[in-house]
Amino acid sequence: MRVPDLAVIENGAAIVPEDIALEIYRRICRTRTFEEGLIKAVKDGFVTSPVYLSSGQESIAAALSVAVPGPVIFAQHRCHGVYLSYGGDPVKLRDELMGLPTGTSGGRAGSNCIQCHENGVVMHGHHGLIGENVPIAVGYALASKKSTLAIFGDGAAEEDYVLSSLGFAATHRLPVLFVCEDNNLSILTAVETRRSWKVSKVAAAFGMEAVDLSDDPWTIFLKAKELVKKTPALMNIHTCRANWHVGIGTDGPVEWDRFLDVRNALKGAGLWDKAQKIEEAERFCMEKVWEQGQLRRLSGK
Amino acid sequence: MGTRTVAETIREITRAHLEGGGMLLGESISAVGWVNNTVPDAGNIMELPMTDVAGAGIAVGSALAGRRPIFVVRFQDFLILNGSPLIFYAAKLKGLHEKSAPVFVRAIAAEGLGPVHSGVLHSLFMHFPGFKVASPMTPREYEDVWRVYMESDDPFICSEHRASYSNKDELTDEIMAGADITIYAISATRFEAKKAARLLKNDGVRCNVVNIVWLKPFTLTKRITEPLKESRIGLVVDPGHEIAGASESIAYALMIHTGFPVKALGLEDRTKCLCPPLQNRAPDAGRIVEAAKELLAGAGRVFT
Repeated sequence: MRVPDLAVIENGAAIVPEDIALEIYRRICRTRTFEEGLIKAVKDGFVTSPVYLSSGQESIAAALSVAVPGPVIFAQHRCHGVYLSYGGDPVKLRDELMGLPTGTSGGRAGSNCIQCHENGVVMHGHHGLIGENVPIAVGYALASKKSTLAIFGDGAAEEDYVLSSLGFAATHRLPVLFVCEDNNLSILTAVETRRSWKVSKVAAAFGMEAVDLSDDPWTIFLKAKELVKKTPALMNIHTCRANWHVGIGTDGPVEWDRFLDVRNALKGAGLWDKAQKIEEAERFCMEKVWEQGQLRRLSGK
Repeated sequence: MGTRTVAETIREITRAHLEGGGMLLGESISAVGWVNNTVPDAGNIMELPMTDVAGAGIAVGSALAGRRPIFVVRFQDFLILNGSPLIFYAAKLKGLHEKSAPVFVRAIAAEGLGPVHSGVLHSLFMHFPGFKVASPMTPREYEDVWRVYMESDDPFICSEHRASYSNKDELTDEIMAGADITIYAISATRFEAKKAARLLKNDGVRCNVVNIVWLKPFTLTKRITEPLKESRIGLVVDPGHEIAGASESIAYALMIHTGFPVKALGLEDRTKCLCPPLQNRAPDAGRIVEAAKELLAGAGRVFT
């Protein structure tokens, strides 16, 4: 059952400390406003390679990055939000998307393969094969014993090697927090068409704590803080992709609009004035990143 | 003859590596025989569950973390399953992200064990950018390959063959003045090529035998090319499939470089079955002799 309030803690925005609530919102806005600029840059022809947008799902990475700072990150193809929320430089991300040598991987890898190894962030690049990052994250945790975050989607959760990796992590009690961004869609095929089981049930059967919840950021923050102390653990987070699987178009109305819900929650918590200023500051910052004259100069168009 | 076998050499290299903080991962490692006595009973060994794709991913993740894992693949055919994280992640990492996951894959070949336990698949990994591929058959060659791995940051495919495990001899090139043909041999066919050279000599054919250890990078050094320039006819022998395999690839490189005809000899284009006569075995001395004589006859040089 997909509902926006699955396992959601009521009045979360008011329960978490104000600075936390606002910092999560700042990171949500960082991704949203970056991708607003990116969508325009695609329309204007400055970005021509495929893009995998995080919009609609950005509350997950924003909340995780505040709740679980400093893990070794293995994200998947929809990774702009993870990169930006954890502190990746938006200019380097822009340059990667434009195929410039100043990009996160020298312009060679592109939208679905973002890495970061600076500013205290360790995020290993994905290569495009869904779920490939999960066994690699597990191997990294095995070899290093470091806190590791493996983020994947509901499609990847069906890969045999992902399920095997969950089992291996459970067997060896590895310090991995598995996060499934469950947007219900493998391109456009819904989960219920593809399988009859839940990844959370499989993970629990392997012997790790596992939860299903929707993408309310305050709930994610509280739950992730709890689960990261009990790893291996899994969070299957229901969310709604705002755009196509790849590209800037939309598939029609989303099941719920978490960005709007978050704004309303902040209003309800009496934080809207401060939140609005944060959003304006992020938008201003990203408008500079995507400024047209600069894009023309960088792209030679 | 040396004092250590290839198997003992592998075991000693592995013990030193594990005691130095390295890792070894694989399936059924401690089962009967400890992988043909090539693995020591030591620490830092991780028994993987029977999850071939994930297991390779876990090895690659360990490499990414800097542990220089040895990943044991008991039968090279299983590389079809293990291959995904090796090919799509480890081998692409440097090209995409300028990072590295130097995993040492011990890919073990065998003969006569049927359709999915007798394959030699090193050609597949020669095809993809990002790997180093070698097939050592002697103790010193194995030590050399290991040293190069430890000095490198690339993923390695070490194409082993069970036929080499009891070998103590170093196999040197056999170069004859006025040779009629040069045989280039890979993996276990190197043992057969030596026998073939003796048989050919009995029939009056002077035969060079050149050992090929490094499949990728394959470098056309003078050691490789000069014998062919003298004999003007070459034959590349490999225990893998001939079509689009190491034998054809190297024969092509030699022909382009020297302008002389070089034939490939590998497995026939049919499935290896368990029982004779359908095993489709790697070229033995008899087949090598036959192929050499055919080549020479084609060039108008007939021997009895």
